[in-house]
Amino acid sequence: MSTRASTLTGRIMSAPSIIVLFLWMAVPLGMTIYFSFLRYNLLSPGMEEWIGTLNYEFFLTDPAFFASLANTLLLVGSVLVITVVGGILLGLMLDQPIFGRGILRLLVIAPFFIMPTVNALVWKNLLMDPVSGMFAWIASLLGLPAIDWFTNAPLTSIIIMVSWQWLPFAVLILLTALQSLDRDQKEAAQMDGAGPVAIFFYITLPHLSRAITVVILIETIFLLTVFAEIFVTTGGGPGLATTNIAFLVYTQALLQFDVGGASAGGIVAVILANIVAIFLIRLIGKNLDK
Amino acid sequence: MKRVMGAALCALLAGGIAHANAETKLTIATVNNGDMIRMQKLTDDFTSKNPDISLEWVTLEENTLRQRVTTDIATKGGQYDVMTIGTYEVPIWAEKGWLAPLDQLGPDYDVDDIMPAIRSAVSKDDALYAAPFYGESSMMMYRKDLFDAAGITINGRLTWDQTLEIAKKLHKPDEGVYGICLRGKAGWGENMALITTMGNAYGARLFDENWNPTFDSAEWKAALDMYTNILGNYGPPGATSNGFNENLSLFNSGKCGMWIDATVAASFVTNPKESKVADKVGFTEAPCAATCTGANWLWAWNLGIPMGSQKVEAAQKFIAWATSKNYLELVASKEGWANVPPGTRMSLYQNPKYLEAAPFADETLLAIDSADPINSTMKPKPYVGVQFAAIPEFQGIGTTVGQQFSAALAGQMTVEQALAAAQSGTDRTMRKAGYY
Amino acid sequence: MEHKQSPLGYISFSVFAWIVGLLIFFPIFWMVLTSFKSELEAVSIPPSFISFDWTLENYAEVQERSNYFKFALNSIILSVGSTLVGLVFAVTCAWAMAFNPTKRTKDALLWMLSTKMMPPVGVLVPIYLVFRDWGLLDTRFGLIMVLFLINLPIMVWMLYTYFKEIPTDILEAARMDGATLPKEIIFVLLPMAVPGIASTMLLNIILAWNEAFWTLNLTTSDAAPLTAFIASYSSPEGLFWAKLSAASTLAVAPILVIGWFSQKQLVRGLTFGAVK
Repeated sequence: MSTRASTLTGRIMSAPSIIVLFLWMAVPLGMTIYFSFLRYNLLSPGMEEWIGTLNYEFFLTDPAFFASLANTLLLVGSVLVITVVGGILLGLMLDQPIFGRGILRLLVIAPFFIMPTVNALVWKNLLMDPVSGMFAWIASLLGLPAIDWFTNAPLTSIIIMVSWQWLPFAVLILLTALQSLDRDQKEAAQMDGAGPVAIFFYITLPHLSRAITVVILIETIFLLTVFAEIFVTTGGGPGLATTNIAFLVYTQALLQFDVGGASAGGIVAVILANIVAIFLIRLIGKNLDK
Repeated sequence: MKRVMGAALCALLAGGIAHANAETKLTIATVNNGDMIRMQKLTDDFTSKNPDISLEWVTLEENTLRQRVTTDIATKGGQYDVMTIGTYEVPIWAEKGWLAPLDQLGPDYDVDDIMPAIRSAVSKDDALYAAPFYGESSMMMYRKDLFDAAGITINGRLTWDQTLEIAKKLHKPDEGVYGICLRGKAGWGENMALITTMGNAYGARLFDENWNPTFDSAEWKAALDMYTNILGNYGPPGATSNGFNENLSLFNSGKCGMWIDATVAASFVTNPKESKVADKVGFTEAPCAATCTGANWLWAWNLGIPMGSQKVEAAQKFIAWATSKNYLELVASKEGWANVPPGTRMSLYQNPKYLEAAPFADETLLAIDSADPINSTMKPKPYVGVQFAAIPEFQGIGTTVGQQFSAALAGQMTVEQALAAAQSGTDRTMRKAGYY
Repeated sequence: MEHKQSPLGYISFSVFAWIVGLLIFFPIFWMVLTSFKSELEAVSIPPSFISFDWTLENYAEVQERSNYFKFALNSIILSVGSTLVGLVFAVTCAWAMAFNPTKRTKDALLWMLSTKMMPPVGVLVPIYLVFRDWGLLDTRFGLIMVLFLINLPIMVWMLYTYFKEIPTDILEAARMDGATLPKEIIFVLLPMAVPGIASTMLLNIILAWNEAFWTLNLTTSDAAPLTAFIASYSSPEGLFWAKLSAASTLAVAPILVIGWFSQKQLVRGLTFGAVK
C-alpha cells in the first residue's frame, strides 16, 4: 500500500490539517514565548522591557507552583481512578438485563452533556451548600452536622464534581467494549468451573484494557486543563488547596494581568503537558498497536 | 421579471443599510446585579427619548465582566461603548488615558449633587471620568429582636472587642442562629474588602510609604486574630465560601445575629419578599478598634466610556440618562423608592419620600460620608483606596492574600503563617513589578 | 455472571440499578425542579419536592432579560459550523494517516493531541490581539475557526482509529476499477465510515456546545452563545438559585435532548479503536 505515490498523496492530504494546526499552535506559541521574556503587564502598556528569564524564575520559585502541580496530578489521578472503576462497575451493571434498561442508560449518561459551568453552579449551590443545600439537609435528617464541603474537603469536592461529569464518558466506552465481549469464551470458562470473579479478572478485564487506555488518554487531555469547576466554586482556595496549573496561570493572566508571567506559566504548562503526553504515548503505544 | 426582482432586492438592501446608518448602536457591558437589571428593563424610556440610539446589553457575572472589559480596554479591542467599572479601575484607567472625560452630560445633570467621597473617587483633576451608578460603604446590620432578647443595647460606635462579646451572646448554633456573618470567600473584592477595613481599624495599612507590604506588623496580627476568632468561633459553618450573596441568604433566612457588609444589602434585608426578618433589622456603623479611620469601605459601580470610541456623544447621552436625578424618579415611579440605586446623589438623602421608604438611608449616608479613599489609614500610605490599593498589581495580590487568610480561617494555617505567606508573596509581586 | 436469573433476582437487581441511575441523574433533576420554584422556596430547608407553588416566573424573567433564542441560535451555528469545517479537514487528514502512513504519522497524531493539553488562558492575550487586528472579535466566523481548531485533534484521532478498522483491500479494489482519489473517498470510504463520522460529529458538537473559555472571552453580543447567557445569571447580588436553574435548564436542554436521541449513533463510533 505504501507506494511512493500514495505516500505523497498521504502527505498532501494530511497537510492542510497539520498546517492549520501548526499555525494555530505556532503563531500564539511564538508570541507567548516572546512575551514570556518581557516584563509586560496588560495594565501598563508601553512599559514592556526585556527581562530575560525572570518570569520563569518567579513562576518556578512560586510556592504556589509546586502546590498546584501536586493538585493537578492528584485531581487527574483521582478522577481517572474513580471514572475507570465506576465506569467498569456501571458498565457491568448496564450489561445485565434490567427493567427499562434503555431509559436507565439515558439517565446515567446525561451528566456528560452538561456544561462544566452549569455543573459547578448546581453542585456548589443546590447540593453542597452547607446551609441550604441538599446534602446539608440529608445530613440533618441523619442527625449529623452538615459537611462544609468547600472548607474542609475542597479538592475532594472538585474531584466529585469532575468525576460526575466524566463518569458517563467512561461508561459509554466501556459498555460498548463489554458488549463486544465474546459470550462463548465466557461460557467455556464457566464450563471449566471458573467463578464470576475469576472470569472478570481473566477474561473481562483483559478484554477491556484497550478501552480503559482510551478512556485514560482522552480524559487526561481534558482533565489537565480543568478550570470552570474551580473558577466557579473555590477560586483556587482556601489557601492553595484547589489551585491547579491551569488556575495558577489564570490568576497571572486575568487577575494580575501579568502577560509576561502568564506566558511563562503557559510555556511551563506546555512542557509539562508534553511530558505527560510522552508518558501516555508509551502507554498507548503498547496497548493500541496490537 | 428578473430585473424587477433585482431592483426590489437592491431597494431592500439599501433600505436596510440606510436604516442601520440612522441608528447608533451602543454596546453596554454591565454587572448582573439587581440595580443594573432594573436599568436594562427601563431601556424603553431611554430609546423613546432617543430614537436614533439603540442599546445592546451585555450582562455578566462580576468576575467575568471585569476580565472581559479589562482585556478589551487594555488591548483597545473596541468591543464596548459603555463599560460598568468599579472605583478600583477608574483611577488607574483614567491615569493611563483609557477613559474619555465625561464633559457632555448636559445642563441638567448637576454634577455637584454627586456625593463628594464618590465624586473624588471617579475624578482626575476635577474632571469626571466615569459617572457613579450606585455607591456603597459598609455597615453593620443586626437583628433587633435578638439584641432585645439578650438585653444588648448599642451606645455609640461599637469596637471589635464589643462586637466579639455580642457575637458570643447571640451564637446559638443549636437553634440555627450564628453570632456573626462575615465574608470568608477568598478574593480581593470578597474577604479582603472586609479584612482590609478591619486592618485599617487596627491601625494597619497595605503598603508603607515605600511600597513595602506590611503584613508582618503587629497591627495586622491583631486584626487577623480578631477576624479568625470571631468568624471561626461564632460564625456559620462554611464561612470560607461565604461571599456577599451567601451571607445575604443566611441573614435573610434569620440565621445571622449580625452581619457587616455593603450598605446596598440594606434594601434586600428589609424587603419582605426576600427576607424573613425584614421588620427586625437594625443598622449601625461598622466597628472600630484603634481608630475609626478607614473602618468602613467605599465602593461604587460607575459607567465609563473607553477612549477612542466612535460613539462618545451617544454614550454620554446614555450615561447622563442612567445616572441622572430623573432616572431615580423613573425607578421610583415603577418600582418604588426603596429600589432606586442608592449612594450617589445627595439630593436623594434629602428626599422625604426616600427617607420614608428606606429606613437605612441615614446610616448609609453616614457611612459613605465618613469613608475617604485618600486618608483611610492611621499611618501614611502611598496608595488611593480604602479597602484596596488602586495599582494594577492589587487584584492579584488581593486574591492571593485573600486565599492565605481564608486558609487561616479554615484552620489550615495559623494566623502567623498566613501573614508570613502574605508578606512574602506580596513582596515577590511588588519586586517583580519593579516597585523597588 | 451470566447465571439464569430468577424473577426475584431480576426485580431486585433492577431496583438496585435504578437507584444508582437515579442518584447519578439527581443533580440534573434537582436543577430542573428548582427552576420551577420561587427564589425563597429554592433556598428553604427542608427542601420541597412536589408540594410547592409551581411557577414559570423564572423562565419569563429570564426570557425578558435576555433573548434566549439569539444565544441558542449562536450555540447551534457555532457548534455545527465548527464541526462541519472540522470534518472536511479531519477526514482528509485521517484518511491519509490511516491508509498512507509514513514514519512520522504517529508522532504527528500525538503531537496534535498534546496541543489540547495547554491551558488556553496562557495564550488568551496573543489570540485576543490577533483577533482584534483581523477584526474577528465577536464574529461567528472567528469563533467557528477557534472551536474547529481546538477540537480538530480529537476529530482526527477518532476518525483515524475508525478508518484503520476498514479493510484496505476494498479501497484497493476501487482504485483498480479506476476510481479517482476523491471518488474513492466519497463513494467508497465515507459510506463505510458513516457510524464513525456520525459519532465524531456528535461528540464534537457536544464539546463545542460546552466550550466556555473562548466562547466567553472572544464574544460580546453578536456571536455570544449560551455559555455567555449563563454568565449573566451566576452569582449576582441577592437570591438567584431559581433563576439560575431556569437559565441552566434552558442552556443544557437542547444538547441533552440531541444527546439522548442520538446516543445509539454516538456509542457506535465512540470506540476510538478500543473495540475490535
